Amino acid sequence: MKMMMPIVPPIVNLKSILPELVVVITALVVLLFDLALAKDKKTPLAILSLLGLAISLIFSIFMWREGVSAYAFNQLIVIDRFTLFFNALFIVASFITLLISINYLREEGINYGEYYTLVLLATVGMMLMAKANDLIMVFLGLETLSISIYVLVGFLRTNVKSNESSLKYFLLGAFSSAFLLYGIALVYGATGTTKLPDIARYIENTPHLLSNPLLLAAVGLLIVGFGFKVALVPFHMWTPDVYEGAPTSITAFMSVGVKAAAFSAFLRVFLSSFSALRADWTMILWILAVLTMTLGNVVAIIQENIKRMLAYSSIAHAGYILVAMTAGGSLATTSIIYYLMAYTLMNLGAFAVVILYGKKGEENILISDYAGAGFKYPFLSVAMTIFMFSLAGIPPLAGFVGKFYIFSAAVKQGFIWLTIIAVLNSLVAVYYYLRVTVIMYMSEPVKEVGHLPFSVSMIIALFITTFFTLHMGILPSSYLQLARESIAILM
Amino acid sequence: MSILGFDILSVITFLPLLGILLIIGIHKEKHGVIKGITLLTALVNFIISLILYRDFNLTTHRFQFTTNVPWIRGYGINYHVGIDGISLFLILLTTFLTVISVIACWKDIKEKIKGFMICLLFLETGMIGVFVSLDLFLFYIFWEVVLIPMYLLIGVWGAPARRIYAAVKFFIYTMFGSLLMLVAILVIYFYNYSVTGMYTFDIEQLYQLSIPYGTQIWLFLAFALAFAIKVPMFPFHTWLPDAHTEAPTVGSVLLAAVLLKMGTYGFLRFNLPLFPEATLKFVPLISVLALIGIIYGAMVCIVQKDLKRLIAFSSVSHLGFVMLGIFALNIQGLEGGILQMLNHGFSTGALFLIVGMIYERRHTRMIEEFGGLSKVMPVYATIFMIVTLSSIGLPGLNGFVGEFLILLGTFKSNMVYAVFAALGVILAAVYMLWMFQRVMFGEVTKEENRKLKDLSLREIIVLLPLIFFIFQIGVYPKPFLSRMDASVRHLIAQVELKVGKKSAEEVRMVYVIDPDRVKQGK
Repeated sequence: MKMMMPIVPPIVNLKSILPELVVVITALVVLLFDLALAKDKKTPLAILSLLGLAISLIFSIFMWREGVSAYAFNQLIVIDRFTLFFNALFIVASFITLLISINYLREEGINYGEYYTLVLLATVGMMLMAKANDLIMVFLGLETLSISIYVLVGFLRTNVKSNESSLKYFLLGAFSSAFLLYGIALVYGATGTTKLPDIARYIENTPHLLSNPLLLAAVGLLIVGFGFKVALVPFHMWTPDVYEGAPTSITAFMSVGVKAAAFSAFLRVFLSSFSALRADWTMILWILAVLTMTLGNVVAIIQENIKRMLAYSSIAHAGYILVAMTAGGSLATTSIIYYLMAYTLMNLGAFAVVILYGKKGEENILISDYAGAGFKYPFLSVAMTIFMFSLAGIPPLAGFVGKFYIFSAAVKQGFIWLTIIAVLNSLVAVYYYLRVTVIMYMSEPVKEVGHLPFSVSMIIALFITTFFTLHMGILPSSYLQLARESIAILM
Repeated sequence: MSILGFDILSVITFLPLLGILLIIGIHKEKHGVIKGITLLTALVNFIISLILYRDFNLTTHRFQFTTNVPWIRGYGINYHVGIDGISLFLILLTTFLTVISVIACWKDIKEKIKGFMICLLFLETGMIGVFVSLDLFLFYIFWEVVLIPMYLLIGVWGAPARRIYAAVKFFIYTMFGSLLMLVAILVIYFYNYSVTGMYTFDIEQLYQLSIPYGTQIWLFLAFALAFAIKVPMFPFHTWLPDAHTEAPTVGSVLLAAVLLKMGTYGFLRFNLPLFPEATLKFVPLISVLALIGIIYGAMVCIVQKDLKRLIAFSSVSHLGFVMLGIFALNIQGLEGGILQMLNHGFSTGALFLIVGMIYERRHTRMIEEFGGLSKVMPVYATIFMIVTLSSIGLPGLNGFVGEFLILLGTFKSNMVYAVFAALGVILAAVYMLWMFQRVMFGEVTKEENRKLKDLSLREIIVLLPLIFFIFQIGVYPKPFLSRMDASVRHLIAQVELKVGKKSAEEVRMVYVIDPDRVKQGK
């Protein structure tokens, strides 16, 4: 009954952040519940977290279906299909991350309750970032996310590499946050507001502003800030080291979750607020896209460690997404959404294999360790092959459809040369993804790998990721439809 | 025509996948069952594909057995399949050779049989898919899908020394061409949208498009690069000797017999009708490259020491003939080209099998290791002789009909090209006969060769059907040519109509006049 009454603002507001609320509450309950459990018996926490995420996912889906579109909390937050889509994507990413973590944490001896809480809080940060309607909110979401991740990266407390990467990520991350904040301050100075729709309106109505150096500097600083989080070249330096040192499950989470979150805000800020300045930033993004793709792919070729290889490959994938962002238009934005979905699933799948095959203490983390795996672990290797081919963009897999639409969007907007550079880049990428399958199927085993620690949660994760990598590639219609409807509000 | 509610082309395309599903469920040590299922699948698929031959309508150039259902809505991507006189025989060739391949590798492949059979069936699906697709997107998918099983066949079951190098080179090289083609496909797609306001990848609709000359040139080049690498035309042939030499016998057979044809087929299906003006513009370039391929390929063959490498290079030469015929742009040249595609499939396929059989016995392919085999293995020698002569183009065998038509067509369009091409025929006789002489005749020089066993029954069963077609096409090619006729005429008309060389009225006349033609003179 109370819901029906017109003036009950807090309740309406709470509904708008219902999915986040569920995750936050889960995180707190996990933290509390943790005290009651013995050190090695933390599996209930994982189940609890998964349950919370599932509930939050259901809420997000229902709200997406409903087509809610509203502002909340004094317009700090916007809730529409775009944000709800990203909510769901983050939840799925963190769901699968937890699935592949459970056994890994036990093996590495870092099975602490805080892990789950921090992953959940990072997820909330991502969700708020996507929901932000105000640059301040973007910043708050980003910090919530980042601080949790700083800790998670260093979660292998006794491991030097993990500590190193945590510190590295923290220092550079703090630095880039400062850039972002500086950019936000300059935007406020130029336009007098930090609300995204107001910025857009202000820019459109104030013609001379387009050549305002203050605003251009602000745009530049924002690109640096976002560029750091999505790891664009030349702001990518931290990526390989951090990805290598972090616990593999967190590397997986960062490569998909953090990236997607940063892209969600990047997209909304640039496509809705700064679209009038498109002519100015398109050129910058063009160059960044080319640099990012090329460096990511070329350097990935020479990597010996599979985590580093996937780190550089993730840089390259950010480059492809940037190609679509450079192109602009509804097809491009649809393709980004689709690509992020596909990338999330196939990359998590690849990392799941890396975790499973790596075994305790990452003893099989080199690409050459995969020698002979192909016929020894047929199902695992077929799954890995599917992920590698999909990441390489070979049909009929999800990665191909994603790339196909990104290239389509670029061609449609007349960026033929950018497309040609992008396809040549995917050719380079074929080489290093192929190398994994070469090693798996065509080389003789060099060392005894022995029994792999298959667990139920791992098998579920592998099944989900493999299934969707195939399904999104063979029958992409419904996913594209989902992407189109999710971005309708932005166009 | 439908089977159990599915249209026949989809059944032929996807039946091998069903076979794969069955095989996956079987334990990997049960070799007999795995091989049996593969053979059964391939055989059933071949028999079903014969229905296409029986029910094929000779009088129309339109696509037959078509199915067209939306696949990815909102983007104009359809599952559109169908065949015409150009693709019909390539599909039959594929299903036929898959059966032959399964029997041929019955004893060759000793390890990882399960994976091998899965790759073989997967390859069949990909190859058929390429030939039946009438939607550019669908075509591209199958085009790329073919790479994966072939890459695995070469890389896993190939000759140990350089298989990985060959497999990766094959994959990357082919992928390079096709990625640029992908960009070109997108350009056509959006150009079509800007003209018609409709998103479609359907080639029947794209055929209606008149693309500006300048754009055509670029698009032609992008498509031609992808196809030229696959054919392979000089100077894009360097992956071929490696891939062929390292691949297992069956891989070489399918690579030569079917995969290379995907390139020439691509020219016929896409380059000619989509970019007619550019086609005319590039006739000299392609023809000269084809001629270089013919003569260069033949000359390299002469100096080869490795039998398999020799046959691989002979493919470069033979495919040069096919390209020359296609770009003669007249009925004789085109039909000769298409027929020669089949001939090459039979002859070179058989040659690879024959070399594979001797390799099984001696574990070497070096010509100098042999000599005088005809005394030791008379049946083998006879079959080898027939296939060699067919490859050279002896009248009465298949190679002659194809090469003769190609030369005739080329002569009509450009006499100089024909003269040079004829040189290639002579060179073919030189390298093939010389090779045959060194391997088969003379004294038995090596002790190991004295006690070689002649062909087993299984091996004869593998080769006989191929020999049958070598004679059949050589003596009576009409069933083949008559089924190509309408489609080839239409293809020529499409090119000529668009470039304005002939009026619509004249083009229509093409279908009426000249009913019994060259082939009657055979």
